[in-house]
Amino acid sequence: MSALLSARGLKIAFGGLKAADGVDLDVDDGEFLAIIGPNGAGKTTFINMATGYLRPQAGKISYAGRNILGMTPRQIVRLGIGRSFQLPQLFTEHTVLENAALAVAARDGIWSPFSPLLRPRFKQEAEELLDRFGLLSQAGQRANALNEGARKLTDIAMAVALRPRLLLMDEPTSGVASSDKMAVVEVLARVLRQSGVTAVFVEHDMEVVARFADRVAVWGQGRITALGPPDQVLNDPDVRREVIGLAPGEASHAAA
Amino acid sequence: MQAWLSENTLLLGLAALDGLSYAATVFMVAVGLNLVFGVLRILNVAHGSLFAIGGYVAASLGLFITSRGLPAWLSLPALLLAAVLTGALLGPVIERLLLRRVEKQEPVLQLLVTFALFMILEDLQKLLWGVQPVVSDAPVRLLGTVDVPFGADVIPFTAYQLFVVPGVALLTLLGLVWFLRRTLAGRMIVAVTEDREAARAMGIDAARVTLLTFSAGAALAALGGALASPTASLVPGVGAQTIVLSFAVVATAGLGRVEGAAVTALLIGLGRAFAVYFEPELEVVIPYIIMVAVLLIRPQGLFGVPETRRI
Amino acid sequence: MSRAREVVLVLGAAGLVLAIAWFVPWLRFVLTIALAKGLAVLGILLLLRAGQVSFGHALYLAFAAYAAAFGAALVPETLILLPLAALGAALLGLVVGLFVVRYREIFFGMLNLALSMVFYSVLEKFYAITHGTDGIRLPPTTFAGQVLGAEAQGWAMLSLALVLSAFFAWLMRIYLASPLGQALAGIKTREARLEFMGMSARRVLLSAYVLSALMAGTGGAVLGMTTRHVTPALAYWTTSGELVFIAILGGAGSVAGPFLGAIAYELTRVYAAALVADAWQMILGFVLLLVILFAPGGLWAIGRALMGGRRQA
Repeated sequence: MSALLSARGLKIAFGGLKAADGVDLDVDDGEFLAIIGPNGAGKTTFINMATGYLRPQAGKISYAGRNILGMTPRQIVRLGIGRSFQLPQLFTEHTVLENAALAVAARDGIWSPFSPLLRPRFKQEAEELLDRFGLLSQAGQRANALNEGARKLTDIAMAVALRPRLLLMDEPTSGVASSDKMAVVEVLARVLRQSGVTAVFVEHDMEVVARFADRVAVWGQGRITALGPPDQVLNDPDVRREVIGLAPGEASHAAA
Repeated sequence: MQAWLSENTLLLGLAALDGLSYAATVFMVAVGLNLVFGVLRILNVAHGSLFAIGGYVAASLGLFITSRGLPAWLSLPALLLAAVLTGALLGPVIERLLLRRVEKQEPVLQLLVTFALFMILEDLQKLLWGVQPVVSDAPVRLLGTVDVPFGADVIPFTAYQLFVVPGVALLTLLGLVWFLRRTLAGRMIVAVTEDREAARAMGIDAARVTLLTFSAGAALAALGGALASPTASLVPGVGAQTIVLSFAVVATAGLGRVEGAAVTALLIGLGRAFAVYFEPELEVVIPYIIMVAVLLIRPQGLFGVPETRRI
Repeated sequence: MSRAREVVLVLGAAGLVLAIAWFVPWLRFVLTIALAKGLAVLGILLLLRAGQVSFGHALYLAFAAYAAAFGAALVPETLILLPLAALGAALLGLVVGLFVVRYREIFFGMLNLALSMVFYSVLEKFYAITHGTDGIRLPPTTFAGQVLGAEAQGWAMLSLALVLSAFFAWLMRIYLASPLGQALAGIKTREARLEFMGMSARRVLLSAYVLSALMAGTGGAVLGMTTRHVTPALAYWTTSGELVFIAILGGAGSVAGPFLGAIAYELTRVYAAALVADAWQMILGFVLLLVILFAPGGLWAIGRALMGGRRQA
């Protein structure tokens, strides 16, 4: 498999903090890659750099063989890289359906001012999308009235509506009640597999990582300190000590 | 160029002196507006009315002193008294009765509350002081003129505009910088400006800080008006003129530091004074041209810090 | 509200305006002015959807009014002159918009204010061309090729204002419901998301800005051709403030709000001025305070509550 997204020698620092200090990372076409690591290590910064929100101070990023460094978020989205957010970025005064329809419209072009957003075609596609995410029953609610899990899913659904080839998700399960967590991720994984989307997700829950990731990258001190299949990486004694916070040998359901 | 300069030395000098004194009053108004915006996040349209009222009160006190035959030097402290009276009476009333009640409303409603207040205060001035120009130049006459050497020539300039107005502005600037950095109350104001919620969480009484800041801002505007009153006659509409100019200063400076307001006020004050002497048609336009030019190059203003949104 | 009921309401409102103008002849002029301002306020409302307050839309009002004044000699036909003046304002809106849509909140508001003040002082200072604060009187223009007397001209302008108001209110509703209009509302709540959906928030705002300039320009042209006298005061910042005032007074929730607000505003102003010549501004100020403190949804919301209706029009 060839690399869909390829980062080489990425460097960025905020003040004295080196969020990325020479990061090389390849995301293979079709895989689910999890990025784990302590808070503040630079995982979100990686997503911000790959989507054009931040510009690395050094290094290269290419997508499908094309250099995307210096492109704006808008241009990068148009190339097929979608993202979701740690804090869901929803249009809070719009309904869930309108949020989804707006994303559908954004892909299809919004410059047709004479027919409504909720025209049959957009409405139908938005409803189908929400249905796949199990959100259809809440379609009429205002986005700011949702619980955190539904907000996260709506946020991701809006990214999926753009039909990205690569989806970068920033902590898709943070803030989701732990009882809902697995259900949310199940839905997510199913939708993404169905649409053939390559996914990168930053995640703190090792159970989620173990279950859904094809590969795991460990981000520490601005570098990738380990990379490989979940059962290998999550059982690495160094990773367990530094990231997962377990003593080597201590039982964990992560490796189950 | 050389020839033009030597021909116009006098005018240039006069423009510089005028500009300095003008910038000083503009600074007084703009710095208050900036402080108030920082803490309340409201652009106070009525701020210019407080300037006008400060001027009217000062003029009334001045005329009272003259008509009663009281010592003329009293007209100087009367300026300060006018500012304190205006700030201490109107400030808390406006903040408590109006602004606090719309604290949670949309920004446009908050803005409009101050616009409504502006309309009310404009007519109140007309009712109290009439529509005829009001002048009380006692402080100017008291201090007389000074000959300012300029090249080979001298420019007679009023000592009041040369020393008192810029002096008070300078003292205000230094005082504010000291107050905001070194005193507890000042640091509280800075904390609330930077992050209201965090400041609250630290146990700062944001409501009290707001009241204090608004009253101080009102007093500064009134002091600006009081300082300007002896050299300019007060007419209806002076508040409307002043507020748009201070808007220009605040937007050009960007939101933030007190020194920024000072530098920008100087820039705009001098710019306007030079226009008055050399291109009178441009007098009103100059501040806005400066503002547009600055914002083209620095969208956050000269001294503003660009906001980064957390996503 | 059903479509038929809406049409009936609009026709009813128009009929009411005409009836008032018929029975109280001197109000015909006041109502025409109110509708003209309502058109400009519609433009303010559009930008409010994006959470942006323009404190300088008097620029477009005054620009079109002066364009009509200067153009009347060249194009002495109302029905040609008016769209030309309005389009001129829209074009100016495009040029200014390319610059101001890069800014938000107070910077957006203040830049609009600054540019309108620049226009104000151009009007005021270049006496040779603009006659300064004296302003310009408009020569008479024909209406659909007819030379009308003062009375007929007054009725023609009122009818034209009614037609334009209905047209632009309808256009704006369509625009607001469209993806573009919904994205505009998205600027208010989550602008960054628009960019991550591949949309340019600036272009979205620019489209609204040009439309708002067109509406303000249309209002300005009607205003100039009704008063037949234009002065720099049209461009002063207090005129812009007045437009924002009317937007809130009428209520930002409906395209009917601006017209409701403008009529209420002008009537209050006329009667307050007649009652207490020196304090009409103060009375308006108190009215505005009362509305904001006790009915922040404006007259439209009050009316809706009284009618018991809940749905948005």
